[in-house]
Amino acid sequence: MRASTSFLLLILGALAGCAAPQLRGTGDLGVVIERATGSVQILDTTHHTSLARVEGLGDLSHASISYSRDERYAYVFGRDGGLTKVDLITQHIDRRIMQAGNSIGGAISPDGKLVAVANYEPGGVKVFDANDLSLVADIPAVGANGKRSKVVGLVDAPGHRFVFSLYDAGEIWVADMHDPKNPVLHKFLDIGKEPYDGMITSDGRHYAAGLFGEDGVALLDLWNLDAGVKRALVEFGRHGEKLPVYKMPHMEGWAATGNQVVLPAVGRHEVIIADQNGWKEIARIPVAGQAVFAVARPDGRQVWINFAFPDNETVQVLDLPSRSIVKTLKPGKGVLHLEFSPRGEQIWLSVRDENRIEIYDPDTFARIGTLSAESPSGIFFTARAHRIGQ
Amino acid sequence: MRKFLTVGIMIATTSTAALADSPHLSPERQSELIRLVRQDCGSCHGMRLTGGLGPALTPEALKDKPAAALINTILRGRPGTPMPPWNTFLSESEATWIVDGLQKGFPDAR
Repeated sequence: MRASTSFLLLILGALAGCAAPQLRGTGDLGVVIERATGSVQILDTTHHTSLARVEGLGDLSHASISYSRDERYAYVFGRDGGLTKVDLITQHIDRRIMQAGNSIGGAISPDGKLVAVANYEPGGVKVFDANDLSLVADIPAVGANGKRSKVVGLVDAPGHRFVFSLYDAGEIWVADMHDPKNPVLHKFLDIGKEPYDGMITSDGRHYAAGLFGEDGVALLDLWNLDAGVKRALVEFGRHGEKLPVYKMPHMEGWAATGNQVVLPAVGRHEVIIADQNGWKEIARIPVAGQAVFAVARPDGRQVWINFAFPDNETVQVLDLPSRSIVKTLKPGKGVLHLEFSPRGEQIWLSVRDENRIEIYDPDTFARIGTLSAESPSGIFFTARAHRIGQ
Repeated sequence: MRKFLTVGIMIATTSTAALADSPHLSPERQSELIRLVRQDCGSCHGMRLTGGLGPALTPEALKDKPAAALINTILRGRPGTPMPPWNTFLSESEATWIVDGLQKGFPDAR
């Protein structure tokens, strides 16, 4: 009896010694990128607090995140080619590798087993085992012109696929990952000049690449690859008078609201509302600047929009039923990103130049919380783990 | 307030030392420009200026490029590429200061 008691004490002591993490779920957590310091903070959206800062993630300018399907791990894609797996429970780096010289984002496969990274240098996609980050497949993006191309707009798609665009070559590739070590590539050539980003609709059916060098988007129906890439929304282009573009719009935030998508018009102070089935323009709404993100509230009623330099202190709210701007907010200088909670009762904004995260109630537009963060950029909530294309 | 002043003086000192022969700009404007280059140019060229959608702007990458051409690129952009003209936000002497800094190794934002 005495022996077993001391054994129990030993176990308790050992547990206390390794500071066992608090037992909790992760469904209400998120991560914010602190781009200047190479760190992230783990956020609690229930209590509006920061739980921890995790450091040592390298160059996080333009970093993004995908989540493991159990919402425990955040895969952080850094600018410098770093891929870091952060454990939200232990609040530590689980694994970290340098996988390229310069990268732009990534995606996780529907089954959660593969993490893919889009690289600028060397141009291509690398696919890793989500568990230990060992290399599974390397897909160099050599276009039909024989040259290596920067890769943008990498997303996961139903059917165990990754889809991405080749910026320099003007191509869209679909990689079938059923045999992870031997991806089967389906290449679409001459899709348009300079695809700068790509998105997949929330139903996983359409992949759209925004074109910088031409008008419109390159659209691929993933249910019917044989139909090829079509050009849609040529109105979306810049046409005649072009304003200089001080920041590329992002397509990940393109608000898909069921029947409609809301997109930033490149180089214009407008957003475009388009019909998601026919991919035709329905309306064009004047806004405060060049939109960067247009993010739909999960119920699809509102779309929140932020802007490029020099209008990045402003956020506007578009009411979709009335197609009008119902609110203009000035959260502070350098609003870089917006993220809704899964049910849309709160929205978090990163205000880079003021080193703050602001939390708003989208019903009343009241500010309901503030957190300090060092040059915050992307905010990513764990609910993304269960959305196609994120 | 004191912290801000210290940072300002630090930036000014570093910049003066590193950019002795570049145009004179107030310490406040210099720190605004450093932020602009790191953050806004950084959205395409990378915050560490090692490149992204746009090319790298490190001393190594720029060493064979004439300063006048780089100043012209900043002010007028490069038609046919995503590089926009910045002349509505930057004067010629500010662009010169930026190019000088880039070629010598750009000061840090922090």
